Amino acid sequence: MKYSIFSLARAAFSGHKNWQRTWRDASPKSHYDVVIIGGGGHGLATAWFLASEYGIRNVAVLEKGWIGSGNAGRNTTIIRSNYGLPGNTGFYELSMKLWERMEQDLNYNTMVSQRGVINLYHSDAQRDAYARRGNTMRINGIDAELLDLTAVRKMMPFLNFDNARFPVQGGLLQRRGGTARHDAVVWGYAHAASALGVDIIQNCEVTGFIRDGSGKVTGVETSRGRIGAAKVGMAVAGSSSRVAAMAGMRLPIESHVLQAFVSEAIKPLIPNVMTFGAGHFYVSQSDKGGLVFGGDIDGYNSYAQRGNLPVMEDVCEGGMALMPMIGRIRLLRQWGGIMDMSMDGSPIIDKTPVDGLYLNAGWCYGGFKATPGSGLVFAHLLARDEPHKEATRFRLDRFRRGAMIDEKGQGAQPNLH
Amino acid sequence: MRIVCPFCGERELGEFTYLGDARPVRPAAGSSEDEVFDYVYLRDNVAGPMSEYWYHGGGCRAWLKVARNTLTHEISSVEPAAGVGAAKVGA
Repeated sequence: MKYSIFSLARAAFSGHKNWQRTWRDASPKSHYDVVIIGGGGHGLATAWFLASEYGIRNVAVLEKGWIGSGNAGRNTTIIRSNYGLPGNTGFYELSMKLWERMEQDLNYNTMVSQRGVINLYHSDAQRDAYARRGNTMRINGIDAELLDLTAVRKMMPFLNFDNARFPVQGGLLQRRGGTARHDAVVWGYAHAASALGVDIIQNCEVTGFIRDGSGKVTGVETSRGRIGAAKVGMAVAGSSSRVAAMAGMRLPIESHVLQAFVSEAIKPLIPNVMTFGAGHFYVSQSDKGGLVFGGDIDGYNSYAQRGNLPVMEDVCEGGMALMPMIGRIRLLRQWGGIMDMSMDGSPIIDKTPVDGLYLNAGWCYGGFKATPGSGLVFAHLLARDEPHKEATRFRLDRFRRGAMIDEKGQGAQPNLH
Repeated sequence: MRIVCPFCGERELGEFTYLGDARPVRPAAGSSEDEVFDYVYLRDNVAGPMSEYWYHGGGCRAWLKVARNTLTHEISSVEPAAGVGAAKVGA
């Protein structure tokens, strides 16, 4: 199925009743060159890059539920590359560039909207920090603009500029940042990967690893039988520790719950993605009109996919501080996703000490924006057995070596990243 | 989620601060690099019943040892842990 203006017109004339399935719901074969555990955005992107960039098409993606049922469908859909540390800057910009061509690459409308991401600053010190970050971005060829108060007033006249405690002084803007439709990203990668021969296998939970005499992983035990594989890649953020434990590994990761929220729909208000710099609150407005927003993780270990009221209150206070007029808007939906919180706030994309097993984990709460980049560099690792040049620092042994990538400077305290 | 503090009774979550898994024990001075690495960075990341430290900063300011299921948030026991949590954070 190839999507185009002609396929759309044809379908319109037949009352949109003849659309075909966009990807095959496959049954497992006995053996694959590569098995990816996890049918989220990262797993499906990895499979697509393996097939399209590295010519490895005998690939299966195993998903224990339905594709996109985990964090790929539970985020606030923000894309950006405004990072400051070596390792992160190059990687997230690689990902940003892949977002910019994703719809053409996949022949799928993922609704990538480069509406801009602005981080507001509220003090002189914060302005200096943002200026530094913006300069770091620009040195690395990433767009960044430091806006003063006048420019922010013009862009977002509805903000509360009279806040005496946390006055808005300006913001750091990345115009190329924005949002994408999270479910469509999953379906788009499934669509394009399936067309290249990748088997997407749902309701297939991995229950163990098959290992040969030397300890090498040669396949997986699943709820749908044994599946052999020359290489196995894990892309199960949120559950990485549980899957790694089946191979006898302990990871530098804690699982925490992050909540996200949607308000009832209102007329167009917020033109971009905006963050409050004096607390933790980020917001954009969906095409349906709902405000989509979030803040901090709850802060305690959890696999429950739901959070608690103190963080909800804190997030809403952040929103009210910026926009007191949203106080009368009702909250429509709220949900929680399980984050792989790593010990330095950065991801891990590496071979594991177990031969044949590869790890893509530790995305904290920044995994969505990384989806295409993560897919490319993980596919590179699986295909070539060496890290992609933009992922040479995301190593599993960096904690032991003291080579952390700690954007927030919090140390090994995962609930603070 | 509410925690029944042994001193203050049932209180809402916002009064408490989380420290984390109670199992890891700070290695003695002079321990090997492996032991320190394990303590600082590696986690069991338990899915199920877990014993953990919470601090009742918004109440009696006592350290508590709480048994909580990370899959359901269900709390099965709360015990005073005077000194234990404090020792763990080096306070």
